[in-house]
Amino acid sequence: MEPLSTVEIIIQTIIRFWPTWTAIGLTIFGCYFIREKMGVVGRLYGSTVGMWGAVLVLFWIFTAIFADLIAVQPALEQSFAPGMKKSAPGTGFMKDLEDGTQVAVYYLWGGDNLARDLFSRVVYGSQVVLIIAPAATLIAYMVGSTLGLPAGYYLGWIDTLMSFLANLVLAFPVILLFYLLVTPEVNEVKLIPIGPINLPWSLPIGMAAFFFLFPIIFLCTMWYTKYEKNPQRLATYIGVTLVVGLWLYSGLAFNSDPLGIVGMAPNELNVFAAVILGSSPGVFRIVRGLTMDIKTRDYVAAAQTRGERPWYIMLWEILPNARGPLIVDFCLRIGYTTILLGTLGFFGLGLSPESPDWGSMINHGRAFVRLSSTVHLSLFPAIALMTLVLGLNLLADGLREESLKD
Amino acid sequence: MLMFILRRLGTMFATMVALTFIVFYLVNLPGNLEKLAKTEGNMRMTDEQVEAWLEKEGFKRPFLARYGEWLGNTLQGDMGYSRVFRKPVADVVGQRLGYTGILMFWVMMVMVPGALIVGVLAGMREGSILDRSLSVGSITSTSAPEYVTGIIFTVIFASSLGLLKGIASTRSITIENFTLPVMTMAIYGMGYIARMTRASMAEVMTSQYIRTARLKGLNFRSVVLKHALRNALIAPFTVIMLQFPWLLTGVVIVETMFNYKGFGWALVQAAGNNDINMLLAISWVAVIVVLATQLISDIGYAYLNPRIRVK
Repeated sequence: MEPLSTVEIIIQTIIRFWPTWTAIGLTIFGCYFIREKMGVVGRLYGSTVGMWGAVLVLFWIFTAIFADLIAVQPALEQSFAPGMKKSAPGTGFMKDLEDGTQVAVYYLWGGDNLARDLFSRVVYGSQVVLIIAPAATLIAYMVGSTLGLPAGYYLGWIDTLMSFLANLVLAFPVILLFYLLVTPEVNEVKLIPIGPINLPWSLPIGMAAFFFLFPIIFLCTMWYTKYEKNPQRLATYIGVTLVVGLWLYSGLAFNSDPLGIVGMAPNELNVFAAVILGSSPGVFRIVRGLTMDIKTRDYVAAAQTRGERPWYIMLWEILPNARGPLIVDFCLRIGYTTILLGTLGFFGLGLSPESPDWGSMINHGRAFVRLSSTVHLSLFPAIALMTLVLGLNLLADGLREESLKD
Repeated sequence: MLMFILRRLGTMFATMVALTFIVFYLVNLPGNLEKLAKTEGNMRMTDEQVEAWLEKEGFKRPFLARYGEWLGNTLQGDMGYSRVFRKPVADVVGQRLGYTGILMFWVMMVMVPGALIVGVLAGMREGSILDRSLSVGSITSTSAPEYVTGIIFTVIFASSLGLLKGIASTRSITIENFTLPVMTMAIYGMGYIARMTRASMAEVMTSQYIRTARLKGLNFRSVVLKHALRNALIAPFTVIMLQFPWLLTGVVIVETMFNYKGFGWALVQAAGNNDINMLLAISWVAVIVVLATQLISDIGYAYLNPRIRVK
């Protein structure tokens, strides 16, 4: 079969992403009418840089959502036609279908060293990255806030201790930390019998179990401080948080969800725990700094005079007023987490080797990067990762500029 | 000032002891010891043989006793013997640090002046087209981690154009070999420093004394060079110093990618083979670098900025 020309590859690639284009168009068009109600996000329409960032981020979000529609074939499917290994972009072959007919399939961005479609792998890779990076950042935020708020509010020995621990993690070379945490030998899961069940245990599981506690503690404290005087509502909120939280907790941390719906492969859990550990101290620092700043404001003094409890002041007075810088930092930090994930993949420490996440793909492809006919193996995932991080950074920059205008 | 430095040194020492303790704990986890035994002995050792080997090599002694012994030896300058490199650890670390030092020197030579020029140019006229395009450029460069820029540069300059080499050798330092790794590392850090410099420069340019200087009739050029620049460079100084820890991660990626056998490469080798003494020495050195740069940045900041006086 005749390979596609460069122009045809570009046109076909653009056509394949049609669900993404439609969704981006609808979102931007739709949000334009409610931009007044969207606060600082709505004002992004006035900033070119922020708009470009939003488009790039939306592009990857919608690609992840519609991956099944966009991808040509499953991420792990190999082609057994001759010449498809490391094939150049635009190479095609006749694929046998189950009913005996044949259909022409083109590898728009070429094939990798196992003759899998790079285009489909990059598209499915966006799912992996866009689930793990924001989720890990969110949990890191809960950990960082739960520890940073009291450190900045009380100062004293709590602050000294917490800052020491945060600096400890920050002083640790990230890669060495990852190497030590993510080696398979360390992560052999042991079963510890506790009463009726066997509790799976390993170092990353322990870390994850520790980190995943924070969202539950965070939410429960939030509800308790707000609805202390309203027992009925308090009971509902805490009840729902505990039921949902502990259900997710058992599934995610110990992979022993009683219903068997939520679960995480041991590899994913290692990466998840390592990334949270790597980014929590940064969150801790920024939350602590903001708390120390906002603590001196009049409305905090007013709340103190009213006799509010310290945790109410921290969670319902200080935290909401720190949201501007925190939203900007959140955007930046998702980008940073994406880079960390890629770093893990680059050293082969990340998810399972066949996983289509971009870091692992770059790692597999970099052996072939010095030959000009096989550069596409690592080039396309590298560009994908860069555009996502660029989008997040531009978005953060736009948000910062817009929020400074107040 | 002296008390301040002493207190910082105290914290530094506590951090170092705590970190090496954690590393010591991690490399001595049963799984890692088993791997070590198997790479040293043979891959098909039974569990009993592994136990016997660990017993013989002294890994079965109490944990704290071994840590104390290691700490004592290290403080006396003896860091043990590397099982991977088959040389004393101090020799390996010294040699590899030297190679990385050469690389870092060139990275700094490219990154710092480049970033400062970009930042000052962008910050001196806030909101101009030059400012906007340079700012977007800096954001782009901070969005591309080393393993992305490294790949893209190799593809453009080595694979397609064939101008430069995609491999850096420790033996011959030529432009052909060194440009790609240095560029790869410098670009990622440059954007960040440039943005800090821009912010600082933009702030200085709005201050009263700059307006006075302009109203006195000085031309824009000499206002920027003589009056604004010095004050604008205080903030980036701390940022540049704090870039060192991050450079450490960059070094590991770039040295792995370009197969340059320096400190970062040694780290990967040691971590892959669980070379306990080597890993401990590496974390020791890394932590010293990180904490020392933090200390220098604090002292330097206080020294450069007359408004800050450390009590």
